[in-house]
Order: sequence, then structure tokens, then C-alpha cells
Amino acid sequence: MRRAALVALLSHWRRRPFQLLTLLLGLATATALWSGVQAINAEARASYDRAAGALGATPRPSLARADGTPMDEALFAALRRAGWLVTPLVEGRVETAGGSLRILGVDPFTLPGGDLPEGAAGDALDPAFLGLPGRLIVSPETAARIGGPELPPLIEVEGVAPGIAYADIPAAQALLGLDGQLSRFVLLDGQPGNRPPLDEVAPGLSLQQPQTGADMARLTDSFHLNLTAFGLLSFAVGLFIVRGTIGLAFEQRRPMFRTLRALGLPAATLLWLLLAELLVFALIAGAAGIALGYLVASALIPDVAATLRGLYGASVEGTLSIRPVWWLTGLGIAVLGTALAALSSLWQVARLPLLAPAQPRAWARASEAGLVWQGLAALGLAALSGLTIWLGSGLIAAFVMLGALLIAAALALPLVLYGALWIGARLAKRPLAQWFWADTRQQLPGLSLALMALLLALAANIGVGTMVSSFRLPFTGWLDQRLASELYVTADNPEQAERLTGWLAPRVQAILPIMNTDARIAGLPGEIYGVADDPTYRDNWPLIDRLPDVWDRVAAGDGVLINEQLARRTDTWSGGTIALPGWPGAPVVGVYSDYGNPLGQVLMGLDALRDRFPEVEALRFGLRLPRGEVAGLTRALTQDFGLSAENIVDQAALKAFSIQVFERTFTVSRALNVLTLAVAGFAILTSLLTLSAMRLPQLAPVWALGVTRRGLARLELVRALVLAGLTMLCALPVGLLLAWVLLAVINVAAFGWKLPLFLFPSDWVVLGALSLAAAGLAALWPALSIARIPPARLLQVFAHER
Amino acid sequence: MLEVRDLKKTFRSSGEVQQVLRGVSLSLERGATMALTGESGSGKSTLLHLVAGLDRPDSGTIVIGDTDVTAEDDRGRAALRRGKVGVVFQQFNLIPSLTVAANIAFQARLAGREDAPWSARLTDRLGLAEHARKYPEQLSGGQQQRVAIGRTLAAKPALVLADEPTGNLDEETGERVLDLMLDLVAETGAALLMVTHSSRLAQRMERQLHLERGAIRA
Ligand SMILES: Nc1ncnc2c1ncn2[C@@H]1O[C@H](COP(=O)(O)OP(=O)(O)OP(=O)(O)O)[C@@H](O)[C@H]1O
Ligand SMILES: [Mg+2]
Repeated sequence: MRRAALVALLSHWRRRPFQLLTLLLGLATATALWSGVQAINAEARASYDRAAGALGATPRPSLARADGTPMDEALFAALRRAGWLVTPLVEGRVETAGGSLRILGVDPFTLPGGDLPEGAAGDALDPAFLGLPGRLIVSPETAARIGGPELPPLIEVEGVAPGIAYADIPAAQALLGLDGQLSRFVLLDGQPGNRPPLDEVAPGLSLQQPQTGADMARLTDSFHLNLTAFGLLSFAVGLFIVRGTIGLAFEQRRPMFRTLRALGLPAATLLWLLLAELLVFALIAGAAGIALGYLVASALIPDVAATLRGLYGASVEGTLSIRPVWWLTGLGIAVLGTALAALSSLWQVARLPLLAPAQPRAWARASEAGLVWQGLAALGLAALSGLTIWLGSGLIAAFVMLGALLIAAALALPLVLYGALWIGARLAKRPLAQWFWADTRQQLPGLSLALMALLLALAANIGVGTMVSSFRLPFTGWLDQRLASELYVTADNPEQAERLTGWLAPRVQAILPIMNTDARIAGLPGEIYGVADDPTYRDNWPLIDRLPDVWDRVAAGDGVLINEQLARRTDTWSGGTIALPGWPGAPVVGVYSDYGNPLGQVLMGLDALRDRFPEVEALRFGLRLPRGEVAGLTRALTQDFGLSAENIVDQAALKAFSIQVFERTFTVSRALNVLTLAVAGFAILTSLLTLSAMRLPQLAPVWALGVTRRGLARLELVRALVLAGLTMLCALPVGLLLAWVLLAVINVAAFGWKLPLFLFPSDWVVLGALSLAAAGLAALWPALSIARIPPARLLQVFAHER
Repeated sequence: MLEVRDLKKTFRSSGEVQQVLRGVSLSLERGATMALTGESGSGKSTLLHLVAGLDRPDSGTIVIGDTDVTAEDDRGRAALRRGKVGVVFQQFNLIPSLTVAANIAFQARLAGREDAPWSARLTDRLGLAEHARKYPEQLSGGQQQRVAIGRTLAAKPALVLADEPTGNLDEETGERVLDLMLDLVAETGAALLMVTHSSRLAQRMERQLHLERGAIRA
């Protein structure tokens, strides 16, 4: 019984291979976009974990100079002699032909074996590793990336964090140009209780808590949540295709289901067979989707890695490894998605009345009744989304709100279209026009899912596009303000700095020393800057919140400025205070925007910084001079003064670099956006193609009454354009709302800064034209097939009833 | 073979209650043929659907062989349709994506008792041999109806229920199809209950029953 029934059920697909292809393709695309994003996230997380474990699974506190400058090797012996259990570390970055590499110089004899990655401990005791030239222990991926004659030979060990190389102390010192110097001392377990205090043994060193992987995770979580949200959106859009195809396939097979039941197939058996059929499809499409997702992920991961490096300083390997968990979740999500998409169709089959006459209009009428429910659901979701934004806070609430908003909009779309078509029908005078509007309305149930997908894709495009453009405008303006000095120079050491300022004094309008030091602020890594009192800052600095005499107070050392992300994180605004190392109750006199910086930042007067951090040296200077003289001065600096070229940064170059980092941040969002739009276009094409097969009974009478096939084809095209145009109009407010949520809620929660919303109507015109073109293209094929349909096929409609 | 006792059925649609069957009784022996006539809307199809277990009566009993149809659940009634009862519908209800041959063999396969030589012989007798590989949409109305008849008979049911099997055919073709059906029913020894509008066709049956506003008029 089951075999015969299954053969009959499957025979439907054999006669309609294109429908099957659509179903599989839709499901595969949905799975691909979802699992691609998941793969990127998983890869990045794995990188963080490995990086966090770069020196042992349990991060240890260490001793170092407050400003992070290296210290003499002799200190190590002094500390050990005094009874401090420490192991030395030399840290730094080298640039190789294949990108930058973080060098960790370790002492294999005092470093506990468990603190090295598994498998590396043995290699670290190899005589070849010790001394000079020594060896570098790196992961195979890193080994494939880097290279260059200046590096010692590599030892490849699986499980070493990406972008990190372990070396013996002398080898690391040689590589980093730190002969005889160490970066910090890592404190080991089991320190004796009676050791002398640190000040006696090694004055100038302070205890520093480890930077844990959790810090990195906290910083990057928001980025990954953003990606996940996009993956989910693309998945949802893909599911609309699946939902549409399954709905149509079930609708077309409804008479068959009825016949099967009438011939003695129990309802439960029919349901199980359909479930099994769908499961097989889900598994096939899921597997294809995962393979596709792998391609998507490998195409995107270099940009993601660059973004994470640029925004958060997180090191992620730009390659993918295939993980079994990923395969399983991918298949799981494909099955789940199919179940979701097929739910209502299966429900209808379960309740299929055995005897209802087969009416072509029954489906449309049922959908019309469902419209009321859909409208109510849309209202409910809209209310939920409003409530979430009003009562909730944080990233999760924002995404819940976004989800509710988008689904509500999608559900409301058919209702709005119905209304618009109804008005069209009322206004139409000529009979053909009346038929056109009525027929379009009858088509709506079959097309509404594809149109919903289009709505979501368009709204996402408008939303993200507006966000990116809104971002760019203040960002470039902000760059102009922040990078007010025309030239930035760095001296190698204090003596050179002094000579440099003396040499520069007669040649420029102003020399603005920039001093900075790293410090933990509000429990997270941050940075403190000292700036001179100069109109450059007074006139340009992008303050978003200030006390009246802000610059006087900063110059007098009576207050500090903090950046927006620090202000939001600690909820401290001007008038409040913030705890800094060495200045527990620093008054906050202003807040400034600081886009793209993951760190909390504090700005104070130069004197205030010198008082509290005497060890910080002034090596960096901003120079004010007429724009036209920049090139000449740069040349003079290198040729006459002898400053090396890499110590001179032109403002223009810095800006270009910053904008490039910024642009890459949105590459991934934009790529997913375009993919989503393409998927929606595909959804329209498939819906139209599937519908066109069912259209003959409606078209044949109109043809018989004297409308040419070409005329009918033209009307089909017009219909697609009208519907796409209406959908674009609906997408506009939804997209703008989306942009507002992204800018005012999600950005604040994710990155810590808020941006003003700017409107770019010309972008909408382009997008509207694009969606019309997509709909027109999608309708072209079905329209052509109507124009070329043999009259015999049309006559068949009259020969048989359905 | 078939015993129907005091069958009642009402339909409620949009608040209106309509009593379609008001106590119908009839019986049919093994191998017998009976025509069911009556004007449109008199309840013929409704009666046939109840007998086939496609719907439930309000009251009354239907016994086929030794099975009380009214006491069976959905699964049991489905099993009945796979086993003892075959229905030829007013609409042909062929499976559009299966070939003529597959359609004819279909119910027998569903019932798990395919008899390939018998199906082949049926196809031949019904004059469908040359169309065996075509799909239903490529056939004329009369040909499609013959496929539906073949499908029912291929499963060798003990009771054949036919709802105006010739209603969509011209008189001459209708008569030829009926001849064929009577021949084949006689060959398998099945009982036949057939709804028809035509009194001429009704005369070809052993017994005639007339339904008038939901009740039997002798
Ligand atoms: N599902 C239903 N819901 C409501 N009323 C129904 C339903 N099915 C049938 N009826 C009503 O029951 C009455 C009998 O219908 P039935 O189909 O049995 O008539 P019939 O004798 O077969 O007519 P015809 O010769 O036209 O086929 C009709 O008035 C019809 O409107
Ligand atoms: Mg009838």
C-alpha cells in the first residue's frame, strides 16, 4: 500500500521537475546562507579560544611596566633570587610577507609545560628550538601564510593559535630588536609567602591582571550576533521560497490526495508518506546547502577576519576548517526549516475533507479568510515589537523587536496589496482593465509569499544601506575633526624627540605632543591620551556632551574627556566622575564620539598625564601647517633631518586607511544583503513559473473572448511590475524603521556609539529600479511562454473540466 | 452482501439544515446489479458516499459482507475501500501524473493484490491497450472514464459502487461503457450499485430503486 501510494505521490515531481528543483534550490540556498554564517562564527570563536589559551588554559597575572615598555633582562635574575616564581616573556609583532605575526618569546625551562599548546611542549625542549637562530612554533595555517628569509625555520604544530609564533627568548629578542630586554614576567602558581615586596626587588613594575579570552568574546559578541541576525534573515527569505513551492505542490496534488483517500489510503498513512518525502528532500537540499554554505563562508571569511582585526584587534585565521557539529546543525536547520515551511500545508492535508468538490477558487477563498487572521497576527506582532523597544533593552531585545517588526510587515503585505488592488478595480473603467485587477487579486495568494520575501529583502537593503550611508557621513566628518593635524610624526627615542621639536619649531605653525598609555578603565583594557591645549582641539574635537568651560578645565587638569563607548558602558556623562589608575575620581567634563574604536578612551591635559604617568614619554607629535607645504616638509624630514619614512604619517593616508577599515566592516553585511535580494528575485521567478502552469483555465476564456496571446503576455509583465512596485513602496517605511533600530538601538548596544539617521532618496530610486528590473526579468520567461502557447493547449481547457 | 437500514443524513450549511436522506433501506445480494435513480439533488451521491464509507450517516446502519461500516473508524473504512468496495466517481479522479497503465493497476497495488495479467486483460478489454503509456490529460472523456472503471475492477472488489459513470459521455459511448462494465462485473462476480439519470440505462440492471426527496419510492 505504502509503496504504491508513494510512487503516485512522487510521480508528481517527475512531471514537474522544475518545481522540485525550485524546492531543493530554495532550501539549499536558505541552508547555505545560514550555515555559512554559522561557519564564520564558529571559526572566529575557535580562534578566540585558541588565542586566549596562547599562554595556558588558565590565564595568569604578570608583572610589567605600567606603560608596557620593555625592561632589562637582569630583573629576571633579581626576581628569582628574591624568591618570586616568575617566567620571562618577550612579546611583539613582526611584519612578514604574508601579514603580521605575534611573537611570544618564552623560556621553556621555567614555563610550565601545560602553558604551551598541546604538542608544542616537546618541541620547545628540542635543542634546535633553543638559542640562535632557534625555531618558530606556529600552526600549519599560519605557516602556510607567513614566510620570508628573515624568519628562523618553522615547526608546525596543530592547535597553536592563529597568528602566533612561539620562540625561545634569544630568538624572539633578535626578531623583535629587543636585545637583552624582556616584556613582562608571568607569575606562576605557588608563590612563597615570605618573598620581599615588589617595590624592593623591582621598582617600577606593577601587577597586571591577565587579559582573558572573555574580554575578546565580549567585544566581538555583538559583531557575531549581527552576523547571526543576517544569517537568520537570509534563511527566512529562503524559507519563503520553500514555503511557496511546498504550498503550490500540495495545492496541485490536492485532488490526488483526495483520490488516494477515496481509494482507501488512511489519512495517517498519507501524512506519514508526505512527511517522509519532505524529510528526504530536506536532507538532500540540506547537504547541498551546507556545501554551498562552505563556499559562501570561505568567500566571506577574509573580509570578516579583516573586520575583526580592524575593529577589535582580534586575530582570526582567514581559512575554514570543516567541523562535524556544523554539518549536523546545518542538516538540522534544513529539516527544521522544511518542517516550518510545510506546517500549514500538512495541517491542511490532515484536515482535508474527503468529499469537498475540487474547486479552483477554493484555495484563493480560503486564503482570503486567512487574510483576516494574518492581519490580526501582524497587528499583534507590531504591538509586541513596539512593546519590546519600549520596555526591553540590550541587543537581544533589539533583535526580538526587529524580528517581530519584519514578520509583522511581511504578514501585513498581502492585506495592503489587496486593498491597493481593490482600489485599482474600483477605478478601472474598461472591461479588460477590470479583469486585470480582479485576476491580479486572484493571483495574489500564489504570489504573496514571494512578494513577502521581496519585501523583507528590500527592507533589509534599505535598512542596512541607510545605516551604512548614515554611518559614512558622520564618520568622514568625524575623521576630519579628529585628524585635524596635517602631519603626524613619531620619534624613536626621547633624545630624537627633543631634536625633532627643535628642528620643527621654525618650520610649522604648531607642534602638538600626543602622549598615550594603555590602562584598564572600568574593568576593560583602555587607553589614556594627553593632548596639548590648542585651538586644533578646541575647534575640532567632536564633543557630543560637554560642560560649558570644558577645554579650560581639561587644560587646567581639572577634568577629563571620555569617549562615547566608555560613557555608555559606564553610564557616565559630563558632570560625573570616572576611576582611572592614579586618579580615582577624575571629573568627566565632556564626551566625544570615537567611531570604530573598541576600547574605552580617556583624554586629559598633557600636564595632568605627565603628573600621573611620569614614565610616559612624548614621542608622537601632530603638526599644523598649510596643506600645500606637507609634501615639502615630509621630504625635508626624511632627507634633511633623517627621520625614517615609516615615522611620518600623512593625514590623508591615515584617513584613507580608516575609511578602508570602515568599509570592510560592512562588506559582509552588504554581501549578505545582495544575496538576500537575489534569493527574493528567484522566489518571484519560481512562483510565477509555477503559477503560469495553473493559469491556463483563467487565461483561456479571456483569449477565447478576443484578447491576443501577446496582449495576455504583456498584461502578465505589467502585473509583475505593479506588484513589485507596490511591494517596494511598502518596503520603504519598513526599511527606514529598520535603519532607525540599527542606528539608535543595535549600534549602541553592539559598538557603543549612536549615529544620526540620514535619508538617501536617490538610493531608494536605484533600489526600486532594481526590484522592478528583477520582477520584470522574473516575469519575462512566463510571459514569453504565454505569448507562444499553442492554441491547442488553450482549447484543451474547454475540452475537459479540470 | 450489502444491507442498508434506515439511513438518515442531514447537512448544515450556513445555518440552514437540510435533511438529505430520511430513512433509506436497501439490500443487495452477491453478484446482483441495482440502478439508483432520482432527480438531481435527491441524495443519490450522498447515499453512495455513505455506503463507501467516505462520510458518516447521522443514524442507521450499513453492513457490507460481515463488516458494519458505520462502526468502523477512519482507518477501518479506508481498509474497506481498499478491500471489498470499489468506487467509480462522477468525476473521473484519475491521478494526472501516472500513466494509464499505472492508473489502472493503482488500486490493486494500493490494496496489495496486484494481478498483472488481469490488469493487462482489463486494459485490453476496455480498449485502452494502445493508450497504456499515455497520461490522463491526453485522453478523451470517454477514455478517461474507462480508465476509472478499469482501476476499480482491477482490484476485484466484491461490491462496485458507480456514481453516474456514463454521465459525461454521449449516449452511444455511455451504452458501450455500461455493457463493458456489466460484462466485467459478471466476470468477477461482484455486486453493482449504480447511480444513473437515464431510465434506459437503469432498465439494463436487475433491480431499480427510485430516490425522491431522500426516501425510496418503490
Ligand atoms: N457537503 C454538503 N454540504 C451541504 N449540502 C450538501 C453537501 N453535499 C450534498 N449536499 C446537498 O444534499 C443534497 C443531495 O445532494 P447529492 O449530491 O446527494 O444529490 P444527487 O442526487 O447526487 O444529485 P445529482 O444527480 O445532481 O448528482 C443536495 O441538495 C445538496 O445540495
Ligand atoms: Mg450526484
